[in-house]
Amino acid sequence: MAETTDLADLQRGTELVKRGFAKMQKGGVIMDVVDPQQAKIAEDVGAVAVMALEAVPADIRKRGGVARMADPADVAEIIDSVSIPVMGKSRIGHTKEAQILEAIGVDMVDESEVLTPADDRYHIDKRDFTAPFVCGARNLGEALRRIDEGAAMIRTKGEAGTGDVNQAVHHQRNIKSAIRKLEGMTHEERESWARENDAPADLVHDTAERGRLPVVNFAAGGIATPADAALMMHHGCDGIFVGSGMRGTPPRLRRSAGTASTAITATAPTSSAILAW
Amino acid sequence: MSLTAGVVAVQGDVSEHAAAIERAARAHGEEPDVREIRTAGIVPECDVLLMPGGESTAISRLLDREGIAPEIVAHVEAGKPMLATCAGLIVASTDPQDDRVDELGVLDVTVERNAFGRQKDSFEAPLDVTGLDEPFPAVFIRAPVVSDVGPDVEVLATWEEYPVAVRQGPVVGTSFHPELTGDSRIHDLAFFEATPQTA
Repeated sequence: MAETTDLADLQRGTELVKRGFAKMQKGGVIMDVVDPQQAKIAEDVGAVAVMALEAVPADIRKRGGVARMADPADVAEIIDSVSIPVMGKSRIGHTKEAQILEAIGVDMVDESEVLTPADDRYHIDKRDFTAPFVCGARNLGEALRRIDEGAAMIRTKGEAGTGDVNQAVHHQRNIKSAIRKLEGMTHEERESWARENDAPADLVHDTAERGRLPVVNFAAGGIATPADAALMMHHGCDGIFVGSGMRGTPPRLRRSAGTASTAITATAPTSSAILAW
Repeated sequence: MSLTAGVVAVQGDVSEHAAAIERAARAHGEEPDVREIRTAGIVPECDVLLMPGGESTAISRLLDREGIAPEIVAHVEAGKPMLATCAGLIVASTDPQDDRVDELGVLDVTVERNAFGRQKDSFEAPLDVTGLDEPFPAVFIRAPVVSDVGPDVEVLATWEEYPVAVRQGPVVGTSFHPELTGDSRIHDLAFFEATPQTA
């Protein structure tokens, strides 16, 4: 039998560990929640993780003003209430909000355009963190810049809080069609594409060779119904973020979980997304 | 020879498992036919099964709802091999210590979920595994550990005294994710008797 493994060889926060966490969410739905009660309901109905927020995007839009990270005490309360992973949103470029979320123990930080950007020029240097990050993107160049900064998951930006899936579809189609074009390009054409699109060349080559993003690719922003979720999976997304697009109060959603979902399970390559409705 | 491998595909790192079993099968001269299992009726056609990592609650519920769970139990009872990793191990166990998980009960172990803590405590480390000459690059992601094993369970690896790889008859369960590395030696242990000497 094995001797004691050397604990000094243990490494946390590596690219493998961070991207690996994101891979475990695949085929699942991640739900916005604002309190422990909602978090528990999300867990009960089959969400693979929750996004702990102060307010859902629809309310943030209505309220106007500056949208910041949620109160750390509220996020901590949500963390204590469920056993599934809990994610939290920081403002774009707000390294300190992200560090606070990491210190509280969130499992993934969303550097999110739904909040008011703190830095109009730079994103957070995500490689410095042990916690993995998810970032939004509207096209492949943007996705690869975020991955270069250390993002372990990419999601479409979509149009959060509207219940309109159109922009999410648009962003996902942008990413997929750019990858298909890259696959057909020669080495120098890919180098040129990288320059034109402000994307790191090594990631452009990596993506072209894989025929997909090197990290998990979720859908977010305006996904309102199980059919919308199925549509995003049809467009090649690995999983779904659901926020205020998912209408009504959580208990009502729970009641509607059965009927619409059964038919969709057959067509969507994710059934857990459907469970959560 | 052709090997029909079923990857339970209701949620989790399914494509990684599919790639890993293809790699392992080819290395052993078997032509892999990989099936993704989302509905009942596919498991009976499979020679071997793989249960991915993901969220154990969501996975177990979907297996139950889709009628896949009893087929997996029958597969194991017929003595056919299965590898279950992380959430897969939790679902396969006899005691996941969580009411929300509908366990399959094909691996006689008690499992402690998220035993190392949250994602920031997730880690990779070389791990000594019985039957392997060199340590295995083990990736633990919000990983469970085995806190108690039944009499017929063989412990293949431990981390800080807790079992993290176990075998009972045709089933191998690991707390870590062999499918995330390019190293096929855990698949060799689970599915192919002759174990290669190096990674």
